[in-house]
Amino acid sequence: MANLRKVKEFIIEKLIFTSGIASIVFVALIFIFLLAEGISVLRYVSLGSFIGGQFWYPISDPPKFGILPLILGSLLVTAGAIAMAVPLGIAAAFYIADVAPVKLRNLLKSCVEILSAIPSVVLGFLGIVILVPFLKHFLHLPTGLTALAGSIMLAFMALPTIISISEDAINAVPREYKEGAIALGATHWQTLTRVIIHGALPGIIAASMLGIGRVFGETMAVMMVTGNAAVIPTGLLQPVRTLTATIAAEMGEAAKGSPHYFALFAIGIVLFVISFLINLTADFLLHRGKNR
Amino acid sequence: MKKRIVLAAALLITLFWGACSRRESRAGQKAVSIQIKGSDTMVNLGQVWAEEFNKIHPNMNIAVTGGGSGTGIAALINGTCDIAESSRAVEEKEITQAEAKGFKFNEEIVALDGIVAVVHPSNPVKNLTMDQLREIFMGNIRNWKVLGGPDMPIVLLSREVNSGTHIFFKEHVLRRGKKKGREEFSPGALMMPSSYAIAEEAANNENAVGYYGLGYISPRQKVIAVAKDPKSPFVEPRLASIRDNSYPISRPLYLYTNGKPQGAIKEFVDFVYSKEGQDIVTKTDFVPIK
Repeated sequence: MANLRKVKEFIIEKLIFTSGIASIVFVALIFIFLLAEGISVLRYVSLGSFIGGQFWYPISDPPKFGILPLILGSLLVTAGAIAMAVPLGIAAAFYIADVAPVKLRNLLKSCVEILSAIPSVVLGFLGIVILVPFLKHFLHLPTGLTALAGSIMLAFMALPTIISISEDAINAVPREYKEGAIALGATHWQTLTRVIIHGALPGIIAASMLGIGRVFGETMAVMMVTGNAAVIPTGLLQPVRTLTATIAAEMGEAAKGSPHYFALFAIGIVLFVISFLINLTADFLLHRGKNR
Repeated sequence: MKKRIVLAAALLITLFWGACSRRESRAGQKAVSIQIKGSDTMVNLGQVWAEEFNKIHPNMNIAVTGGGSGTGIAALINGTCDIAESSRAVEEKEITQAEAKGFKFNEEIVALDGIVAVVHPSNPVKNLTMDQLREIFMGNIRNWKVLGGPDMPIVLLSREVNSGTHIFFKEHVLRRGKKKGREEFSPGALMMPSSYAIAEEAANNENAVGYYGLGYISPRQKVIAVAKDPKSPFVEPRLASIRDNSYPISRPLYLYTNGKPQGAIKEFVDFVYSKEGQDIVTKTDFVPIK
């Protein structure tokens, strides 16, 4: 009997171990595959003219694989989305966690969850039909298919992440801090801006970084509303092409083993590296906050 | 709630039963399925062909999907489809890839298509020469004023690079028919994911100019009459003008198969060439070859 239990224990232990290790193995395999396929692009183009090239004509003869406009496009759209989503998200989180009456709080929380459940292709569709014509007429632009349209769509997508994680961080601030501050005669606003925010800051930063990660990797909605013109952007009111949209739009055409195919994988590496840096920064900020 | 579940279950069972009976019954005949993949321009045409063909040969299931000419040809090379619909001829590198897999493409020209340049209905510009179109899409003419329109910037709408329409327009208009030319679309051209997206933007944006296949013409966009050169007359894209080659931007549409078509695939290709098949070509707004 005891033996059977030992065997059971052993099997379960190993199963859990494998599950734990699996994610590491998957990440490693994905990265190795990406690297192996993507690195071949260097046979056709130097690293400098790949990252720094200004023209993306992947199917021409000879092809031009310059992804600078795509990198800048992705960064611009992300920056725009974050500039909108972070302040709004943090303010909403404070309201939900600390200010709103209980009934309203529950309603708001479910609404945020519903927002996160909207598929990105649906948001993109709404963007094409409503947002793009609106931007064009409201701002008198040559076309509404701009980086700004992409940023607004992505801000919607980042909001749920930012709100729910920030809210958890605010709720995790010990009650004594708040009570202490109020006992000392601080107003609610002073308590929020001078006490609670300090306790919750690492969590809020982590939330924002996760939001950025979400936005940076998003594809569908961006592809539908940004116009996808591979030019170096000079402002938010211009069409841009992002790294993700390029992969999604062109992978169907690229024959396996062609320079174009390798170039798309190399874009995948660039995306991977940038996302990795974002996560690393988030981690770093989070730990610095904890150690203080 | 309960009613819904019952309904859903009933639906599932019906579907399942339908799927099974299709494959197995039919008096012992074996069901044959043909996968057709490729050009977005031809996807409607292919679907109507498939439906009508299926009425004559109920034991043959034909699945038609789009994705772009390049996607279809790549699928044929990789063996994941039986027929590739393409709005351009296969390229040398594709022929080499096919040879590496041990087969030769069999090419069938099954219809003709006109590429139409369109603008917003309010745009006063209605005639353009091939050279003007070329300068517009290369980004050298940037304002409608130059072409006799209002003082407004030109917004270029193009298809993505996986589209046969994109490649045809580039080679035929931008490069004047020279495949190996150096001319490119202006980097500022908006790359739209589908012909539908181009139609939608051209209908809503008075600055826009775009291009798509004959089949997408609707009153919501204005069609441009095109002249081969400054001395030739401006010709509107119509069935007749494409057939007699007076409209300058037209192209053949192809079906590609792995070697000479045989069995069910041959029957389908024969059907496409039949009177019925070519009538479908006319009905779906393309130009029949016969």
